Amino acid sequence: MAEVTEQDTEHGGGSVYRVAGTLNIARAATTQREIDALHDPLTIDLSDINRMDTVGAWIIYRTVRDRGAKVIGASRDEVSLLQQVGEFDKPAQVVPDEPHNFMAGLRELGEWVAETGVTLVGLLGFFGATLIGFANVIRRPRRFRLNAVVQRFDVVGVRALGIIALMSFLIGIVIAQQGSVQLAQFGAEVYTVNLVGRITVRELGTLMTAIMVAGRSGSAFAAQLGTMKITEEIDAMRTIGVSPIEALVIPRMIAAIIMMPLLAFWSMLMSLLGGGIFVWLSLGMPPLTYIQQLHDVIPLTDMWVGIIKAPVFGFIIALAGCFQGMLVKGNSEEVGTRTTNAVVQSIFLVIVLDAVFAVFFSSIGWV
Amino acid sequence: MIPKKLDPAETPENCQPIITVRNLKNAFGDEGQQVIHDGLDLTVCRGEILGVVGGSGTGKSVLLRSIIGLQTPEHGEIEVLGENMVGRTEDEAKNIRRRWGILFQNGALFSTLTVAENVEVPIREYFPYIQPELLDEIASYKIAMGGLPPDAGPKYPSELSGGMVKRAGLARALALDPELLFLDEPTAGLDPIAAAAFDQLIKGLQKRLDLTVFLITHDLDTLHAICDRVAVLADKKVIAVGTIPELLALDHPWIQEYFNGPRGRTAAQSYEEGVTA
Repeated sequence: MAEVTEQDTEHGGGSVYRVAGTLNIARAATTQREIDALHDPLTIDLSDINRMDTVGAWIIYRTVRDRGAKVIGASRDEVSLLQQVGEFDKPAQVVPDEPHNFMAGLRELGEWVAETGVTLVGLLGFFGATLIGFANVIRRPRRFRLNAVVQRFDVVGVRALGIIALMSFLIGIVIAQQGSVQLAQFGAEVYTVNLVGRITVRELGTLMTAIMVAGRSGSAFAAQLGTMKITEEIDAMRTIGVSPIEALVIPRMIAAIIMMPLLAFWSMLMSLLGGGIFVWLSLGMPPLTYIQQLHDVIPLTDMWVGIIKAPVFGFIIALAGCFQGMLVKGNSEEVGTRTTNAVVQSIFLVIVLDAVFAVFFSSIGWV
Repeated sequence: MIPKKLDPAETPENCQPIITVRNLKNAFGDEGQQVIHDGLDLTVCRGEILGVVGGSGTGKSVLLRSIIGLQTPEHGEIEVLGENMVGRTEDEAKNIRRRWGILFQNGALFSTLTVAENVEVPIREYFPYIQPELLDEIASYKIAMGGLPPDAGPKYPSELSGGMVKRAGLARALALDPELLFLDEPTAGLDPIAAAAFDQLIKGLQKRLDLTVFLITHDLDTLHAICDRVAVLADKKVIAVGTIPELLALDHPWIQEYFNGPRGRTAAQSYEEGVTA
């Protein structure tokens, strides 16, 4: 172990720092603290050191550099190590400069607005490119990739059945339960069926399915295409003459557009099932009565409202996912950011469109 | 067939072993059908630069991963810096991890940290009480040691070129003043000038800091220029270890093909010209 002595000597009242043993990175913090505690003029005695690493040498070097300390008793090896670390004395910044002031904030806001504008224009461009892709596929049906589409059906649709069923079933129960508690205050528990039936069929079935598909498939689209972008697979496709829009984007879009209404319908059924089980067990309404009641209170237009929205939502989800995926460039970190953007963007757009649909269907009299 | 001197199971004269691998077996697959190494022996001596060569898929990287403890071998003994590596806990392994530095093939820099912060990571982990300004200075001179200009410090890995990523990775590997340095294909993907400069950088650092270097490479120029000994991986084991002339004296088809193939001869020639010039 090292031992430190401080003594007033004949060196004009200065201090002597004498280390023994090992001077290495493990002792760096202590050594630095001890040296800082000593007053100038400082002499460092290295005669008792038997091992020194570059960090030890660096501490000695910077003390000499900054405080003009004198080094005595250094062996040949130690002198050469001190000289070597001295050669590498090129101060480098650790983090980039980041101005924190009003102008910087303003600039950031400006950049954000500009970027959002560019993204929106890009999204429009991508929308156009997919329409052209669809037109090409329709013109030359041979270029339609049935295998890819069927595979997407499986991933987007079939494999989502379980989770969507569970989610919708639970939501049906929750709505029925919360609704019945409130309606009981007016003695109108029987209207729980109206509540569950209309809200799930008209709104929630499609909306919750869209959110689930955005989280499951929209994110997967962005991540898949983004990774392919990074590994230059998409560039390779282009150079071979395969259009990435036709090969990658269109199958995903078709899958999302066709699967969304089917999943939404499935979700409606499951919510009704959940609500039905609740009213049966809790309010004592037998299943047959429940079904009869549903039949009476849900107009057929409600189901149309729910089903018509679904393919549009599917399209939006696939569009946002594929668009963000294609925007990836550079490093793998961007795949994560773009995937997040895809999900946020698609859920946001889905909810905005849902509001538009709500107004539209009300105004055409489907209430 | 292999002379005793080149037998990987033998410890050479005047050798202080720093890595010893004995009878290593590595296998992948559910029932271990895909055997990568079987009965592999290797000794690395203190203060040498050992090059490891072998065809693609012979398990050079798997050997490295076994030695540094990222891959648990089926059986076998691995000793690094006098400590047994097989079947030890995370805490026990920490003491050894402090004493080595590793440069991964693609740099493996932490992408959310700047180069200087990357270099500081190991130091912070093991020595959290180091004064911040001292820490920044240590990071700076390690960056200079890695051969990077000072303005590389505040850059993020995504802003670096391939060669700079390797240098930054090297600077991080050197952060704790290791005794042992593992390099996985350090010159792969670099242009010949950058690769030659990197070779010299490693050679220089090895001399200055008295390092032992375990170097996986495909680069024949690197082998000629800086390796003291070369270990050849083939047939699931190290078939021979020795200097390049010693290996050339062997009658093994892969070794002959490797060093005496068109590329091997060119590299040898340019090395000899460099030495005589």
